[in-house]
Amino acid sequence: MKMTELYPTGERAEIGSHLFTAENIVHFASRFDPQIFHMDAEAAKDTLFGGLCASGWHTCAAWMRTFIDYWKGETTRLLAEGIQPPNLGPSAGFQKLQWLRPVFANDTVTYGVTLLSSRPLASRPGWTINTILCDGTNQHGVTVIRFESTVLEFE
Amino acid sequence: MAKLTYEDFQPGQVLPLGPKHVTAEEIIEFASEFDPQPMHLDEAAGRASILGGLAASGWHTSAMFMRMMCDSYLLNTESEGAPGIDFMDWKKPVLAGDTLSGHSIVLESRAMRSRPGIGIVKFRHEVKNQHDELVCLGENATMIRMRLPVETSA
Repeated sequence: MKMTELYPTGERAEIGSHLFTAENIVHFASRFDPQIFHMDAEAAKDTLFGGLCASGWHTCAAWMRTFIDYWKGETTRLLAEGIQPPNLGPSAGFQKLQWLRPVFANDTVTYGVTLLSSRPLASRPGWTINTILCDGTNQHGVTVIRFESTVLEFE
Repeated sequence: MAKLTYEDFQPGQVLPLGPKHVTAEEIIEFASEFDPQPMHLDEAAGRASILGGLAASGWHTSAMFMRMMCDSYLLNTESEGAPGIDFMDWKKPVLAGDTLSGHSIVLESRAMRSRPGIGIVKFRHEVKNQHDELVCLGENATMIRMRLPVETSA
C-alpha cells in the first residue's frame, strides 16, 4: 500500500524517543562539530546556549535513527496484518530546518512525523515524492527541532 | 591571533571547504549508529540500490559538511551557533572513496536587533565530489559575535 493510504495527511505519529547524554553529545561533536558549546560543559556556560548542548546535526541524526527503528516496527506490524508496507527510498534532502531550542545533556527528545503531501513524479512513472514534517520535543514539552523532509516512494 | 568576527564576513566572500576523503569504514560507522539501512551498511546492497554503491547517509554527508566548515573557518570564528538550515539538497550519493570539497559563499549579513553585539551572516554552501559533481547544496544563517558592537537603527 502507499503511504497516503496508510497515514492520513496532517496526522502526527509519535515515533520514539532519544536520550542525549553528555558522553554521546561530546562523542558526536568530536567527530563532526567540535565547537566549544558541544564539547566542553564549563566553556559552554559563557556562550549564548549557556550549557553543553548537542550539535544540531546530532539532533537530526537521532531523528533518523528513531525513524528507522519506528519504520522497522511498522513494517513488521503491517506484514502481520497482511498489508504490503510502502516501499520507501532515499531522501533528496530537507528544508525549513529549525533548531528551536538547545538540546542539553540528559535531555530526552521525543520525535514525531506528519505526512504533509504526496505527489507522483512525472518524470519517473511509479515514483512518488512524499513531504513529511519531522519534529522533536524535549521532556518539558518544548519543541526543540522541526524540519520538512522529502522521501521517495516506489510502487 | 584573534578569531574572525561578524565584520570579517562580507557578501561575495568565498570560503573553501575540504578536501575530505570519505572511507567505507566511516560510512558504515555512522550508518550503524544513526541510519542502519542496507545501502549505507553494505557495498553489495548499495550497488543494488538506486544509489549505486556503498553510500553515506544524507545526514552523514551533512555532518561531514559541518566538520569541513568547522575546520575551514567556524572554529576560528566567534560563532554562536545557527538557528537552522533554510534548505539542504542531497543532489548525488556520496560513495565510499569519494573526496569532497567545496565552498561557503557569504550571501548577506545584518546586525541582530534582539541580540546586541551579534550579527547574522547568511551563507550558501556547495559541496562537490572528485568529479566536480555537486553532491550537497544548502543555505543557512549563522550567529556571529561582532568585534565592535553597533547601534542598530529602529
